[in-house]
Amino acid sequence: SSVQTIGEEQIQNPYTELLVLKGHQDIVRFLVQIDDYRFASAGDDGIIFIWNAQTGEKLYELHGHTHKITAIAPFSSSDVTEENTDLIITASADRTVIVWDCASGRQVQKVSCFHSTVKCLTVLQRLNVWLSGGSDLCIWNRKLDLLCKTSHLTDAGISALVELPKNCVAAAVGKELIIFRLIASSNGSEGWNILEVKRLVDHQDNISSLVSVNDLTFVTGSHIGELIVWDALDWTKQASECNFWDSSVHPDVQPEIKLSQSPHETSVQHLTSDEECVFAAVGKGIYVYNLQMKRVIACQRTAHDSSVLHIEKLPNRQLISCSEDGSVRIWELREKQQLPAEPVPTGFFNMWGFGRANKQANQAAKKMHENTPVYFLELVGDLIGHSSAVQMFLYFGELGLATCSADHLIILWKDGERESSLRSLTLFRKLAQNGDLQLRL
Amino acid sequence: MISAPDVVAFTREEELEDDLYREPPLPEEYSVPLFPFSGQGANPWAKVAGSKFTRDFILISEFSEQVGPQPLLTIPDDAKVSGTFDLNYFSLRIMSVDYQASFVGHPPGSAYPKLNFVEDSKVVLGDSKEGAFAYVHHLTLYDLEARGFVRPFCMAYISADEHKIMQQFQELSTEFSKASECLKTGNRKAFANELEKKLKDLDYTRTVLHNETEQQKKANDKGYYTTQAIEKANELASVEKSIIEHQDLLRQIRSYPYRKLKDSEFHPYEPECALDRADVGNDQDLAASNPTEPGETPLYTHVPSYTPKLIKAKSAKCFDKKLKTLEELCDVYFFTQTLDQLHHIERTFRGDVCYLLTEQISRALLKQQSVTNFLFEDVSFLDEKPPEKQYRGCQGLGQDAIDEKCSEESLAPKVVISLGSYKSSVECVPIKMEQEMEDSEEPKMSESVISEHQENLDYLDADIKGSISSGESIEVLGTEKSGSGLTKSESQASLPVMPSPQAGRSKVGSRRTVSEDSIEVLSTCPSESLIPEDFKASYPSAINEEPYADDDEGGLRFAPRANPGANDGQDDASKQESLVQVDAACCIRKESPNFLEPLPELGQKPCEEDGVVRIPPQPYRPAEQGLRGGFPSHDGLSAGLLPYELDSRYLSGGREVSKSSLDECSDSTSYISSAASTCSDRTPSPAHLGSAAGDRHRKRAGQNALRFIRQYPFAHPAIYSLLSGRTLVVLGEDEAMVKRLVTALSIFVPNCGAYAKPVKHWVTSPLHLVDFQKWKLIGLQRAMSPAGVNVLHALSRYSRYLSILDADSKTLRCPLYKGTVVARLADHRTQIKRGSTYYMHVQSILTQLCSKAFLFTFCHHLHLPISEREPEESVVSRRMNFLKLQLGLSNEDIKIVQYLAELLKLHYIQEPGQGGNPLLRFDYVPSFLYKI
Repeated sequence: SSVQTIGEEQIQNPYTELLVLKGHQDIVRFLVQIDDYRFASAGDDGIIFIWNAQTGEKLYELHGHTHKITAIAPFSSSDVTEENTDLIITASADRTVIVWDCASGRQVQKVSCFHSTVKCLTVLQRLNVWLSGGSDLCIWNRKLDLLCKTSHLTDAGISALVELPKNCVAAAVGKELIIFRLIASSNGSEGWNILEVKRLVDHQDNISSLVSVNDLTFVTGSHIGELIVWDALDWTKQASECNFWDSSVHPDVQPEIKLSQSPHETSVQHLTSDEECVFAAVGKGIYVYNLQMKRVIACQRTAHDSSVLHIEKLPNRQLISCSEDGSVRIWELREKQQLPAEPVPTGFFNMWGFGRANKQANQAAKKMHENTPVYFLELVGDLIGHSSAVQMFLYFGELGLATCSADHLIILWKDGERESSLRSLTLFRKLAQNGDLQLRL
Repeated sequence: MISAPDVVAFTREEELEDDLYREPPLPEEYSVPLFPFSGQGANPWAKVAGSKFTRDFILISEFSEQVGPQPLLTIPDDAKVSGTFDLNYFSLRIMSVDYQASFVGHPPGSAYPKLNFVEDSKVVLGDSKEGAFAYVHHLTLYDLEARGFVRPFCMAYISADEHKIMQQFQELSTEFSKASECLKTGNRKAFANELEKKLKDLDYTRTVLHNETEQQKKANDKGYYTTQAIEKANELASVEKSIIEHQDLLRQIRSYPYRKLKDSEFHPYEPECALDRADVGNDQDLAASNPTEPGETPLYTHVPSYTPKLIKAKSAKCFDKKLKTLEELCDVYFFTQTLDQLHHIERTFRGDVCYLLTEQISRALLKQQSVTNFLFEDVSFLDEKPPEKQYRGCQGLGQDAIDEKCSEESLAPKVVISLGSYKSSVECVPIKMEQEMEDSEEPKMSESVISEHQENLDYLDADIKGSISSGESIEVLGTEKSGSGLTKSESQASLPVMPSPQAGRSKVGSRRTVSEDSIEVLSTCPSESLIPEDFKASYPSAINEEPYADDDEGGLRFAPRANPGANDGQDDASKQESLVQVDAACCIRKESPNFLEPLPELGQKPCEEDGVVRIPPQPYRPAEQGLRGGFPSHDGLSAGLLPYELDSRYLSGGREVSKSSLDECSDSTSYISSAASTCSDRTPSPAHLGSAAGDRHRKRAGQNALRFIRQYPFAHPAIYSLLSGRTLVVLGEDEAMVKRLVTALSIFVPNCGAYAKPVKHWVTSPLHLVDFQKWKLIGLQRAMSPAGVNVLHALSRYSRYLSILDADSKTLRCPLYKGTVVARLADHRTQIKRGSTYYMHVQSILTQLCSKAFLFTFCHHLHLPISEREPEESVVSRRMNFLKLQLGLSNEDIKIVQYLAELLKLHYIQEPGQGGNPLLRFDYVPSFLYKI
């Protein structure tokens, strides 16, 4: 099926102004928010930039890593007594981890005692510690003291970490999901012990994404498109959707499409969630899985021309996705009005353009959604600016949207109307400063 | 219907006025005075038909001590220019004018001859017999062989138009001072060299004489001196005296206080200067201590090639020797520099004075307009100083040394123009006339100074208008007083000073009449031949075009009733326009009653009852630059006038605008075409515009643009794209063609605040997003290679940010345009034929757009809520209302003004130091494909 296009007229797309932020020399892979107006970017050139999201001003350029950055995490201090410094932690392929001070742009400390590349970093704000995951899992405190580390787990290393309730973390190691528990050591005030609690081996393939939905639930996705919903407390499988991408489930989809799907195209690239739904970027498509109904309520089979790399749910029922095809698309989850009298294909099937669906399929579809509201994802806008894969984006609310890409650029997308009125405000402020508002006699 | 005042505006001469109006038979409205010079086949613009030369030129003469006054050269160096004009006679005239003779020689009480470093004298001279008026700049150059060491020279700018000389006196003086400075610097250098040689000769002579004396002493032991010996001793003594004298002269010439250089832009080239000066100190000592070894003194080491000569006691007869030429008197380098400068002067002041003044005014005003001037104006235009390439080379070299010298010296010479000084040096009419004029002018001026600044603005406005609309307005000479009054008022203007609706209204009426007049004037122009071919055809058609008529009607909605001074109807008028009321109310924050007083006399001041605009453009000098990017109100539009006033001018302005630009040209060209019939270059060279290259570029761009709008029916949406900040890509295989199109379209591209237009003439690689931030007009190569495919791919990918003009298939892909501004800007039926004319036409409309954008940007309540509780929506609706109703913009025109306003904001809030991130604004609007 062809990718839905929206054309040039996009009334609902607020982003009518952009700023190109140049600085990186290589693929930019990571964007992290530091506070309300700052964010950091990092990528394969090993440089970290700190930007002002409002003005696009480059605040700091942090040099220290010699290889590409593999993970980045912000670490804002939760402790009130300490002076409030925003830190960011970066891990690199040069097997070092550096802690930076965002306020001064200086390197606070550097750790280089790793045996392998740290692939993921997680900050447990509550415990005021952070974890690094590579071939083993280490626990560090704010001062970068190594508190505890596990034994060598695997050569492949931990690909993802997520915090669970009761001082637990889930680590994705290959096909396995390992649950660790942090136990405060009895002797020291700040000592922690780490204990492997459980190994979950339900996935058939490598776990590619891991996201915590709420205190009770977390979700994993694998390379062959399995999506498993876990109970966060007892680590049992609540539900799984192992082939929801599979067109055979949906009888109205032509079978040849299924054949064309390579494993890569079914990989769960990224997961995100709100309280009700899990949004999965699977191959080129986006799927919305409702936790309550335990099924996919809406999907966009080919949301992009190539793999979707990152998706994010916005507060206003909107969803943003970015893809290897270099575009960013804004979707809105809408409820489709049921038209009971007419046996036409329902909403989202129709949107794919399969008008030739047979009668049987129609009936099946109708049956399927008989009593439930039907949702569909409508394309409300797309942002074209990058000339290469858009790796990630960061939603800054009304400040706009920052996207980073393999074309070495970061683009800040902004609401032109808002920017314009902000500029007016600045203008009149400056006028008042200069005294030009006063009558000169 | 043609009414008399209009014709009078054209032909009436001041002197004839009384006689003609005394004759009763014709009703006044039909009385057309005869043109005084009609018998000679001249035209009304030729003020002095009797002049014997065809155009202005510069004459350099010398008062030779041998043959008396003689012309040396003219610029331009063309026999045709001076024609039958008697240069010899005129040289006599200008050299006979008393000037401050520089006294050189033995002043009483001084042992040695003294060089006087005299100021140049500058006088204005008129010769009614020759029909010539001249600015005369006297200067003296030093020549060792000349009587009293000085050679008096003078440079004269000769014109048939005395007004030009009088009004441009200040400018001429400045420019000629530069030339003179250059000459004199070279001369000092040459003179110093000459002195050195002479000193060497004298030294040598002394040595020889000394030896001879010694020999004689030895040979003659008789104990008494022979006459021969006494003679020799005398000779020796005189040589020694001469040496001392010359050393003193050398010291004087070298210690010339470089005071003149301090403030002038001119920095002469004197690489050896520091060296020379260093040596001067030792000069005397060395000469005294080692008198017998002249060849070895360090002083002379740097001129080793010179072999001293023996100086005979008696030099050649005064009249036998050949005087040095001007070129010899100065260094060759400096001489050519001076010639360049003089050529520059000639180019600058060529053309009609009206044009010069308008040019100067607009330049001065533009400079002040720091908020908006970057948008469409030439960069060179905005330079602080007129570009002077001639001196670029030397500035860098000699700068440091000179700065040092300058630092301790006094200020630059002041050219004080006092009427008295004129009078002393000039024998004929102009001065008296100016005095009279000044007298009559003074009450008016003081009046306007006292009254509110808005009036002044308006007055200024009318001034400008006057210069545009009247062909013969240069009757009243601008006075210094009026200039300063205006300047003051300029500085007072600031945003919140919005005049009341009433005041605005009363002004509009009068302004309209002025412009009407100017239209009629053109139409009643007595002789077709006087109108440059460009305007002949365009005039009638411009009037009859329907779209403009529509505009007129649209404009009437907010056009005020044209009854200046009528108070009654105004209140309900303002009630009717409730929107206006709101706007005005918050614009005028402190509503002063002064604003509400209608000032009818002020509206009418510029034009008297017969409609003749009597006030000429004033040579405007930007005295106060203290506006700090504030509100340089240019012509009152930006600072103070009410929106609907703009309307009345703009909406009805479709044809007026084009006309006013036509008028402007006709003024400037007509003079040349008639008075200077043989002049080959018919375009007036804009005053101080700087390089002729910029001029040529403008002409070419205008020409190309004209061709473009005639050739492409979809020129409007293309131009709209440029004006609204959407990058336009011109795609084509042929580089020359693409570049030509880009050049043509570049005149519509607003500047983004950078120092160069965001135009890229030729690109061969695929475009990226960053390019659209940087460039708003791009010429792109279409190639059949794989690389070319990439180029096209990038184009289609970024098509939402682009308008694409395909020069090969003659198609345009861009958003729809339904506004009216561009139609006025680029009417394919336009009869304008010349590029420079069209360029001016475009400039005038773009200037209007700028002022609208300015108004829009700096109206507080359009962007910010009036009260804290006011919702955003009401601000937005107010904003849109303002754009639509007050600024009279429709459809896409709004976007143009919004884009310009955005540029203004960015420009204003940008900190001087930082460059600021270029941002790209765009709209999600569908594009359409246009084909021929």
